[in-house]
Amino acid sequence: MSTQIRPAPVRKSIFVNASQAQAFDVFTSGIGRWWPKSHKIGPADLVRPVIEPKDGGRWYELDSDGSECDIGQVAAWEPPARLLLIWQLTAEFKFDPNLMTEVEVLFTPEGSGTRVNLEHRNLERLGDTAEGFREAIDAPGGWSGLLALYAEEAAQ
Amino acid sequence: MANANRVFAALTDPTRRAVFERLRHGPRPVGEIARGLPVTRPAVSQHLKVLKEAGLVDDRSEGTRRIYQIDPKGLGAMRAWLDQFWDSALTAFAEEVERAAKEEKK
Repeated sequence: MSTQIRPAPVRKSIFVNASQAQAFDVFTSGIGRWWPKSHKIGPADLVRPVIEPKDGGRWYELDSDGSECDIGQVAAWEPPARLLLIWQLTAEFKFDPNLMTEVEVLFTPEGSGTRVNLEHRNLERLGDTAEGFREAIDAPGGWSGLLALYAEEAAQ
Repeated sequence: MANANRVFAALTDPTRRAVFERLRHGPRPVGEIARGLPVTRPAVSQHLKVLKEAGLVDDRSEGTRRIYQIDPKGLGAMRAWLDQFWDSALTAFAEEVERAAKEEKK
């Protein structure tokens, strides 16, 4: 029996005290100033991720050894209101050209600032790679690992 | 990868955890999951819905019955990890935008 798990998209909403154009700029050309440095693909240190400012542009990380490692693509470049990225990283943070999950970011003026809504969707496509992810965090059989992690969470 | 334990936020509710544990030995229809639990069947369905949104369980129809099972592929953990990742990334983004906006006003 084969089943298709469809997890809900990851949705985030945050308000920033800045104009729509500023928010879009910092998200894209300024991504190197906020992207968590610990989240990188290549073996060398991360210098910064780069989002090419055009439809069909690349989304990659630039490393200290000069190498470029793909993260995904720019599916829609619509400043200052909308950005649609294709996230092609597996559960192990490895690039997979066949994996296409979408990250849509909407920038909407709100009061004195901007509302930023992010949706990471098509997560069911991570299914095959998530299996490896679970193995990485899980004990044999799955269940004992789940409960151990649960206990850890509950204790916090 | 320790952040994956965020998924178990869905399991901090003891009743929801009991519902999840009932699926430990294989797929079960809602009625069977609800049997013996001190809550109503609609409440059990609600808990199953939360577990499904977290990617921890999946369901399918079998005649008039709805059968639930534990997600075999670890998508719940993956989703929880991404949820946590975007939380911390967007928090850092917001701080940077506001710093830059202040700078511009100077």
